[in-house]
Amino acid sequence: MSSTGQPPPEPFRVSQLLYDTRYRSYTIQIFALAVIMLAFAWAIDNAVRNLEALGKDIDFGFIFETSAYDINQHLLDYDSTSTHGRAALVGIINTILVAIMGCITATVIGVLAGVLRLSRNWVVARLMTVYIETVRNIPVLIWILFTVAIVNEVLPGVRSFRGEDAMSGLFFDSVFITNRGFYIPAPVFEAGSAAVVAVLLLSVAAAWYFGRWARARQAATGQILPVFWVRLAILAIPVLLAFFAMGSPVSLEVPALKGFNFKGGIYMRDSLIGLWLALSVYTGAFIAEIVRAGILAISKGQTEAAYALGIRPGRTMSLVVLPQALRVIVPPLISQFLNLTKNSSLAIAVGYMDATGTLGGITLNQTGREMECILLLMAFYLAASLTISAGMNAYNRSVRLKER
Amino acid sequence: MAGEKPVAFVAERQIPPSPPPVRTGGALGWARDNLFSGVFNTVATLLSLAFVAYILAMVVPWLFLDSVWNASSLQGCREVDDGACLAVINERFLQFVFGFYPEELRWRPILAFVLLFVAIWPALFSSAPRKLLIFSALYPLLAYWLIWGGSLWGPVGAVVGIAIGWACIRFLPSLVRGRLDEGLAFLAAVGAGILATALWWLFGVIAFEEALDGVVAIGLEPVESARLGGFLLSTIIGVSGIAGSLPIGIVLALGRQSNLILIKAVCVGFIEFIRGVPLITLLFVAWLLLSYFLPPGTEFDLILRVVIMVTAFASAYMAEVIRGGLAGLPTGQYEAADSLGLDYWKSMRLIILPQALKISIPGIVNTFIGLFKDTTLVIIIGLLDPVGLLQPIRADQNWNGIVWELYGFIALFFFIFCFAMSRYSMYLERNLDVGHR
Repeated sequence: MSSTGQPPPEPFRVSQLLYDTRYRSYTIQIFALAVIMLAFAWAIDNAVRNLEALGKDIDFGFIFETSAYDINQHLLDYDSTSTHGRAALVGIINTILVAIMGCITATVIGVLAGVLRLSRNWVVARLMTVYIETVRNIPVLIWILFTVAIVNEVLPGVRSFRGEDAMSGLFFDSVFITNRGFYIPAPVFEAGSAAVVAVLLLSVAAAWYFGRWARARQAATGQILPVFWVRLAILAIPVLLAFFAMGSPVSLEVPALKGFNFKGGIYMRDSLIGLWLALSVYTGAFIAEIVRAGILAISKGQTEAAYALGIRPGRTMSLVVLPQALRVIVPPLISQFLNLTKNSSLAIAVGYMDATGTLGGITLNQTGREMECILLLMAFYLAASLTISAGMNAYNRSVRLKER
Repeated sequence: MAGEKPVAFVAERQIPPSPPPVRTGGALGWARDNLFSGVFNTVATLLSLAFVAYILAMVVPWLFLDSVWNASSLQGCREVDDGACLAVINERFLQFVFGFYPEELRWRPILAFVLLFVAIWPALFSSAPRKLLIFSALYPLLAYWLIWGGSLWGPVGAVVGIAIGWACIRFLPSLVRGRLDEGLAFLAAVGAGILATALWWLFGVIAFEEALDGVVAIGLEPVESARLGGFLLSTIIGVSGIAGSLPIGIVLALGRQSNLILIKAVCVGFIEFIRGVPLITLLFVAWLLLSYFLPPGTEFDLILRVVIMVTAFASAYMAEVIRGGLAGLPTGQYEAADSLGLDYWKSMRLIILPQALKISIPGIVNTFIGLFKDTTLVIIIGLLDPVGLLQPIRADQNWNGIVWELYGFIALFFFIFCFAMSRYSMYLERNLDVGHR
């Protein structure tokens, strides 16, 4: 190769670090790294000196100390002698509770509103447009405060269920909607209920397996089985048999008025109800837009092609349009679920004790350990977000258009 | 053929078209087609109409017919009529707008608000004189000075710091020309400029301010942050967040697309972290933690800290929106820029970003709207934005028990601003669409 007259390698000059693309990227990155590390070092040094001046240290030991405050809505056993760690756990579970409830109702509201906004019925479509635009353009915090105010001011008081012309609860006097919250029946599991639950789980598995088998059979032979009815039978009959065979071990405990308040059943506080409804209605408006965009994204040709093949409208929707629309709908839908979960931290404004209210609220105020509490709080939300995002990415990979 | 007798069965003139059947044309036909085309549709229409009528029957008399505008307390309202007690809004309107800002100084935020439109004029309309951009660049400091007051020399000192940095970058290389390699000189000048600005801001500004105050004291009466509130506060946080988050978001988006692994990792880490936590935890950081990370003894205004965290929050979302725009451009655009021999910044500035920003306008405006709505969260750390002013008003003996009027008023304010923004984005989208499809 030496005979081809290659120019001799130039001696390295310092300016190459800046002007030669081979080296420039390293220069920039090393410079950036230095700046970032300096900034971090500066911030941490400041923090250490500030903490020293205040006589504080970083110590997570408070998690095991007695919390000495009450949480009015808890799914785990909790009282004021429990530890701060347990309070945080109760808060986290409260966050998850309101998030799951909110996601379910928001999806129902959103899908309904999104489909109805595309309706040919002018009045219904306009009504949905008004709903979506109104809700989306007003801050969620105002909605939450507003909904809690509605629960407190508009719903009947507990008093109106007592006395001469007392109101009766919904569903045969078992559900009571009051301005203090909702009182609903609680299931009571007695001895033998484990068998019923086991049978129920087995039935669900069997129904699922039957569906798969029926579909495979249809693909192989073309015969269509009455899947819905068979599934219903598989789900209902064994459970009912087991229920009566074990002597009705599962019963409902209905809330009843005792003294000034309802006793028994499950009590959902006004703040939980208000937060849940507000988050559902707010996120539902965003989901409605996502659903609408997803349906509109499927070209009309797909529907027409399905009609040309003689597929009925309902099946066109379920077999042709929806599977394609879901690919567009699901990723932003999940990010709305994430938004709902993060927005549920506004519970602190209405006194619902979620993770922010316990860990970032009372625990923080009582122990004075801002750094630790906020770090833990952020870690919880970050972990939840990253888990859900990871799940979403897996879903995206599985439904991605397989391009060749 | 002329003069021939017309044949009896040939029409001599065109018969006018007959009107369509009554049941398919006109309002009735439209209603039949769109509202009552089936059992389900009919039921849906009737239910919706009943719902609308119910709401109107409830709201219209309450809000318009029976409302009371002039009274000094809720009891006073109730004595006049049983509708909405809008007297509370009438009485507290200025408080909703300015918070507890001193009454005789309220011309200052108003002036700042008016100047805001002058400052954003060149950004929104390309027909505006370009010289105004200098004013836009200086506007943040001017607005800060107008709203918070204090000595004029503080903001001037900050500008001087930027001028010092710029002078270093501009003139240092020519001082050492010939003695030092050109590239290295430039690098050194940039470093020296940044360092000089930082040093000036950290140590020089205060001395500069005090020295000039001794010579000529020009200043406005200072106003404490605690007195700022109401829509003024929402606007301050919202506008500075919007103005800050767009450039930072662009940089973060470019960083996330970058080939430089380290830069990319830092940007991804920042974006994912911010997007993974609720804004409220970041506000807690601004409230309780941020001062830990600053040098001991630094007094840092709470509103300023909140603005910093809100800007960081919005930047991460903005970065994701702009990344979508960058990814939406065909690769051919990048390759075309490369083949023209443009370097990275030129290709981004002249070819990629104008197109990417254009296709991400809806997302950008949505982020703005979200940011503006999120300013209400500051009540949780004790700032008195409009929602925060509700509590003192409802605790007032005169207005105790008032609920819907206040919520409705604040909601209406936010609705008007956010709805206008979303309509403007639609207009912009249509206007900028060059119609390649």
